[in-house]
Amino acid sequence: MRKGLSIITVVAIGIGAALFVILGRFGSIPSGLPDTNIETTYAVLSLFSVLYGPIAGLLIGLIGHTLKDAIFYGSPWFSWVIASGVVGLVVGFAARSIRIHDGEFGAKQIVRFNLIQILANAVAWFVIAPVLDILIYAEPSDKVFTQGLVAGASNIVTVAVLGTLLLLAYAKTRTKQGSLTKEA
Amino acid sequence: MKAKMLTYTRLESPIHRLTGAVKLIFFALWSVTAMITYDTRSLLAMFLFGLVMFKISKVKFRDYSFVLYLILFFMLLNQLAVYLFSPAEGVKIYGTSHEWFHIAGRYNVTWEQLFYQFNILLKYFTVIPMALLFLLTTDPSEFAASLNRVGVSYRIAYAVSIAMRYIPDIQRDFHNISFAAQARGIDMSKKEKLGARIKNVSAVLMPLILTSLQRIETVSAAMELRAFGHGRTRTWYNARPFGKADFAALAIIVAILAGSMLLTFHDGSRFYNIFERTE
Repeated sequence: MRKGLSIITVVAIGIGAALFVILGRFGSIPSGLPDTNIETTYAVLSLFSVLYGPIAGLLIGLIGHTLKDAIFYGSPWFSWVIASGVVGLVVGFAARSIRIHDGEFGAKQIVRFNLIQILANAVAWFVIAPVLDILIYAEPSDKVFTQGLVAGASNIVTVAVLGTLLLLAYAKTRTKQGSLTKEA
Repeated sequence: MKAKMLTYTRLESPIHRLTGAVKLIFFALWSVTAMITYDTRSLLAMFLFGLVMFKISKVKFRDYSFVLYLILFFMLLNQLAVYLFSPAEGVKIYGTSHEWFHIAGRYNVTWEQLFYQFNILLKYFTVIPMALLFLLTTDPSEFAASLNRVGVSYRIAYAVSIAMRYIPDIQRDFHNISFAAQARGIDMSKKEKLGARIKNVSAVLMPLILTSLQRIETVSAAMELRAFGHGRTRTWYNARPFGKADFAALAIIVAILAGSMLLTFHDGSRFYNIFERTE
């Protein structure tokens, strides 16, 4: 039994976090609703979590969000950093039951992925982020729960649409197991 | 579309000379202290200390001015949001109500609310200078070594180091891909309908993700060939031994932490109350 993270996981965390930083800064597109953006970075975080598992997802969320806040906004907002980590962690648990590397991503996997991502985003943005905002920054609860609700809802929709699209596109690039057929 | 980032510049100052590990510990303890305390005196003292550190470090204003404006803007928004959602939060915390003037409905301006929001503001002003200073004066390649030094597993430290190394590369890829997509008429702005916009975004994301996955394969193959992860520990080219100044800095931060906790909790409340109770 090997100890610690495998090499590919270490590199995936590094590159994934760098992607999180860039998409978190440049990858948000207007949704049409006021003050709500489609944060494409969470769709990509979900994809990486499904590809590389819960630990990678957790660390990509934590490292990526910390670096993004630090480099572009001057100081990390830890309550939301932790929430991003939780999203990566929980979505990563889907990795076990979805064998995306074998190109398997049909209706059943789509439903499973979306159930898990809704759970992940709900826990992170409706509970963890606002509660930590209150504990760490002593902000008014109405404000932080409203913010969490908006962010969570928009992330759930983003991952449901864009995340699913990306996973479908990725699955197509992989060769299915047992896809060879004998020519008559 | 060139975005400004906070980057390290090599300068000669006592702050720059401190080892990365000490700066990391200092910043972490400083943030924890500022997070816990709501004591105005402690926050004010820390804020002033931060300003002095800035002066000593000789970092140039133009290196961080753009971030400062951004932060001030967000802080203003945040202050407005706090007031709109909870105009009586201060009254709840300090237990008294001294009204200054009344606006409309439940919105009045009390001295307690003003004091509470002043404290929130002060909290940011204590953390932000240190965060900026840490980013502006720490060599990124020394940073991974520092993380490992303070007890983070070297694999994770290495992952952080990879992330910092590849941020500029991925930024370049992202811009190249999105310009190429735009040249082909793929529009991601508000002019396009929402459904089409999302489809267009995935047209940019997919090549970016696939090149990134390829990069992961290449880099991990290279590391595998060099037997990364074979040993239980790892040495770092950029690691430096602690000097006198480093121990002095550690002593200062421990003193600040202890002093602030004592000041904050000696009366049993996290908040410093300047209002007299009329009970």
